[in-house]
Amino acid sequence: MILIQGKGVSNGVAIGPLYFYQRAKATITRYEVEDADAEWNRFKDAQQKAIDQLGELAEKAREEAGDEAALLFETHQMMAEDMEYEEAIQSAIQDMKLNAEAAVTDTAAQFAEMFAAMDDPYFQARAADVKDVSARIIAALTGVVQGGINSPVPVVLAADDLAPSETVQLDKSKILGFVTEGGSGSSHTAILARTMGIPAIIGVGDQLKPEYEGKEVIIDGGTGNVTIDADEDAKAHLLKKMEEQKKMREMLELLKGQPNETLDGQKIKVYCNIGGPDDVPAVLSNDAGGVGLFRSEFLYLNCDDFPSEEIQFAAYKKVLSDMGGKEVVIRTLDIGADKQIGYFNLPKEENPALGNRALRICLNRPEIFHTQLRALFRASAFGKLGIMFPMVTSVWEVKEAKKMCDRVREELTKEGIPFSEDVEIGIMIETPAAVLMSDRLAKEVDFFSCGTNDLTQYTLACDRQNADLGRFYNPHHPAVLRALKIVCDNAHKNGVWVGICGELGADLALTETFLSIGIDELSVSPRSVLPLRQKIRETDVSKVKEKVLADLLSDENTI
Amino acid sequence: MKSFEYTITDPVGIHARPAGILVKEIKKYASTVTVSKGDKAVNALKLMALMGMGIKQGDTVKVTIDGADEDTAAAAIEAFFKANL
Repeated sequence: MILIQGKGVSNGVAIGPLYFYQRAKATITRYEVEDADAEWNRFKDAQQKAIDQLGELAEKAREEAGDEAALLFETHQMMAEDMEYEEAIQSAIQDMKLNAEAAVTDTAAQFAEMFAAMDDPYFQARAADVKDVSARIIAALTGVVQGGINSPVPVVLAADDLAPSETVQLDKSKILGFVTEGGSGSSHTAILARTMGIPAIIGVGDQLKPEYEGKEVIIDGGTGNVTIDADEDAKAHLLKKMEEQKKMREMLELLKGQPNETLDGQKIKVYCNIGGPDDVPAVLSNDAGGVGLFRSEFLYLNCDDFPSEEIQFAAYKKVLSDMGGKEVVIRTLDIGADKQIGYFNLPKEENPALGNRALRICLNRPEIFHTQLRALFRASAFGKLGIMFPMVTSVWEVKEAKKMCDRVREELTKEGIPFSEDVEIGIMIETPAAVLMSDRLAKEVDFFSCGTNDLTQYTLACDRQNADLGRFYNPHHPAVLRALKIVCDNAHKNGVWVGICGELGADLALTETFLSIGIDELSVSPRSVLPLRQKIRETDVSKVKEKVLADLLSDENTI
Repeated sequence: MKSFEYTITDPVGIHARPAGILVKEIKKYASTVTVSKGDKAVNALKLMALMGMGIKQGDTVKVTIDGADEDTAAAAIEAFFKANL
């Protein structure tokens, strides 16, 4: 038995023979041609072949996945017949007497470099398209058939990584799952696997050896484990898991497109928590209604210095555009306490959880906050944005933060930069002070979102990272649940909506409680969306509400 | 010679798809169409050159149409910009 650890990017378990993707490796020879006109005609023939192939691929993609998928190939087609591209190749063939393969290779490199050097991520990504188009023309020149899967049975497909044109040409009925040496969670392979609902594991590097070809392999996209020649126990365990997941998936699949509505007709929004633009495909594939918490920290954690307005803008805009008009709540910088970043140069504190963190840092260092707010408001033009401030304890903090927002709006108006007038402003409720002041705070904002991890920690005065405090740190404690009810009541009196974005939101044991106290939105991890929807749809609030509310006040319920 | 100025509203700027359709549109006419931003100018028939200008939302470009059918071409191309970019 051989065990390889990679990174799972698409869930599920699959078993089958391992098969390496057959890619035609055309080695380009470079030589001087005597008859440049004949060489030019050779190029024109190959170019036409590539254009025709791309047209067919566009049609195939349209049938399989719709107009959006066809767009990629139509774009490639336009590039293949572009005058600028053609002229560069013509000059290489006719003026420099280069053979067509070398002329295409050189031209591709030249244009790819131009795109890669541009400052916009959209245009940078076009470098890969130019290379892909050129590879197709070269394949047509050398007469190599595009690679594929030549196997009578379905396989677990192994590759270094797959280009978009390669993934679409694959015979999908022959693929049980993917294992790639390189790649990222947002690579085409990962996206394809998630769309197809089959497991994918990336980043196994050189652990995957060519001599494993044909061996029986089991891949688990949940854990990132690749098991080759599994022993009986391991195999039985994984097969059982596969069977359970299959049943679960079939059941949950039926819930897609269904409303989050209880048996007695009460509706609640189910949104997702995300850490960055890479998480959006999972939000959409799980049919969530929006993003209830986008943690902006990743931008700060991934940098060696404060991320610029442009970098932030690009990330926020990507999430807002990809969500296609569904609401996205972005939480402003929430560092300090357990999340420290070197370049902030924050002095070490005795009590970091009670220290300079989150909104406090932003108000103490307005230049950092200002950059983030500008990026957020600029991005607001591309979707439906909510901005949320973490770690609020006082009304004046919210007023000061809102003043900063006003200043940013004024600046953008003066500069003629578009932004949305309908940005919702909200705050996290995660301190007892915010709970007790929620009637006043509600007058300042459009929404509340309860961060139950910190709310539990602060309400129970209990460090959530201290392992010895396990039984004292109880998010089901009536003090926490009563706090949520107080917040809900005060919010609704003032026409403000309330969400929960802590881990508690996905706790199915509390779904009835949340519905009974009238929570409007639950924001959970993408994979929790459908199980939560199922629980909501099984609940009859009218039957449980009285008991749930009585329990909150009961003397006996003192866990 | 005819010309007009236009401020791009498409969030991604002049990206591949509209640029490609623009090229097809221009091919219908005999006139030469030039798109310029600041002191950079390209023949709008050249897709990659056009994309290479990295024209973004909010940028104002000048479009010049020069040739025998410039009147009809200018009207059609201006309409195209308004509808697609």
